[in-house]
Amino acid sequence: MNYNWNWSVFFETSPDGVHTYFATLILGTGWTLATALCAWCLALVFGSIVGVIRTTPHPWLVRLGNAYVELFRDIPLLVQMFLWYFVLPELLPADLGDWLKQLPNASFYTAVVALGFYTSARVAEQVRAGIQSLAGGQRMAALALGLTLPQAYGYVLLPLAYRVILPPLTSEFLNVIKNSAVALTIGLMELTARARAMQELTFQVFEAFTAATVIYIVINMAVTFAMRWVERRVAVPGLIGTAPQAVSH
Amino acid sequence: MFADFDYDVILRSLPYLFFDGMTFTLTLTALATIGGIFFGTLLALMRLSGIAPLVLPAAGYVNLMRSVPLVLMIFWFYFLVPYIGQWITGASRPIQVGAFVSSLVTFTLFEAAFFSEIMRAGIQSISRGQVAAAQALGMTYPQTMRYIILPQAFRNMVPVLLTQTIILFQDTSLVYVLSITDFLGAASKVAQRDGRLVEMYLFAAAVYFVISFAASQGVRWLQSRTAIVR
Repeated sequence: MNYNWNWSVFFETSPDGVHTYFATLILGTGWTLATALCAWCLALVFGSIVGVIRTTPHPWLVRLGNAYVELFRDIPLLVQMFLWYFVLPELLPADLGDWLKQLPNASFYTAVVALGFYTSARVAEQVRAGIQSLAGGQRMAALALGLTLPQAYGYVLLPLAYRVILPPLTSEFLNVIKNSAVALTIGLMELTARARAMQELTFQVFEAFTAATVIYIVINMAVTFAMRWVERRVAVPGLIGTAPQAVSH
Repeated sequence: MFADFDYDVILRSLPYLFFDGMTFTLTLTALATIGGIFFGTLLALMRLSGIAPLVLPAAGYVNLMRSVPLVLMIFWFYFLVPYIGQWITGASRPIQVGAFVSSLVTFTLFEAAFFSEIMRAGIQSISRGQVAAAQALGMTYPQTMRYIILPQAFRNMVPVLLTQTIILFQDTSLVYVLSITDFLGAASKVAQRDGRLVEMYLFAAAVYFVISFAASQGVRWLQSRTAIVR
């Protein structure tokens, strides 16, 4: 393979004159994590609301929730980013649209909103599955005790459901981190975009991408280990998933 | 707000969008699915073989692909495939690879990791008695896999494999980062040429939605028809 490896390129100063290329990658990692965390908060809030209304006994709420999930799940994330970034400001009244376009860090806010809503549909699916996996008696007992429906959700169903769906939520969180790379198409300088910029400026393709890959793997492992620990702490005693040894067949 | 909505730009570009763009997207989706399921099944068999030199590379590969963004992998393969081609053909310099081959290799190898997890779950869902019965009949390991285990695993996993294919169909829009004319790429080129971003992106979103929605409803219907009553 006739490729000139040059790992010292990371310590050269990038064209901004201040940071080394290594530092630009770290800055990118910061934007990746910031985008992912903000989008995740948004996704948890909206995903929980939509997931809950899909399990209520009101058919119209259920239909609304289903439509929400289908809408955000059946359009590619990249297209959704473009809709939020290029199309939404044009459809709003002119003043509001101009304000949106001139917002500093507009690509960051857009990425958070786009990624947040996209992920919320997936979270809603997990929350619904979690609530429906609970024994039906939980809901009936809560209502029979005189709790209102919101109280039944708040005090009985949701606390249990979140503990059950923690493992799939972990992988959704890992997905948010990975999907934040799509935001480079609207100009967010997150980790993949920084690696791409470094590759274009230095022609050291494989060093740049190797560094980004390693950083993603490290983030991935850190999140996985942290969540394993949380999962063990909050596991619901008595369920198969929490048995001391995995059940094999 | 839709006062100056220009339907004509969509009509004018329909042939370009569908003959150039959608053909690329659908061909890429179909070939990458076939390739992905093939390599995914091989990876799953390696991981379940119990032979360390096979298990470890397969597990490492799957975990690597699952922890990095697809966008980064698209860039990786875009630069790496010419070198791989050089290595395979023994040419003196990195070979030229077209946009289609490059994205096909990327999606096949990337999705193989996800298909392998599905196939692994499918194989593990088969009762041990099936393996024991096949062995009692004198079948070798390849025969057991080919005639007994894999057909059942495929059948059980068809809905999941198809759902993954819908995800793959949506993911192919990411070849946009290489300026390739897939469906979204075509829409975006018209949008930027004519200054009609609102119309083209809304239309692209609608087309993706209709196809993905219809496909997922189809999968649901298939699932209800093919589910095995146990």
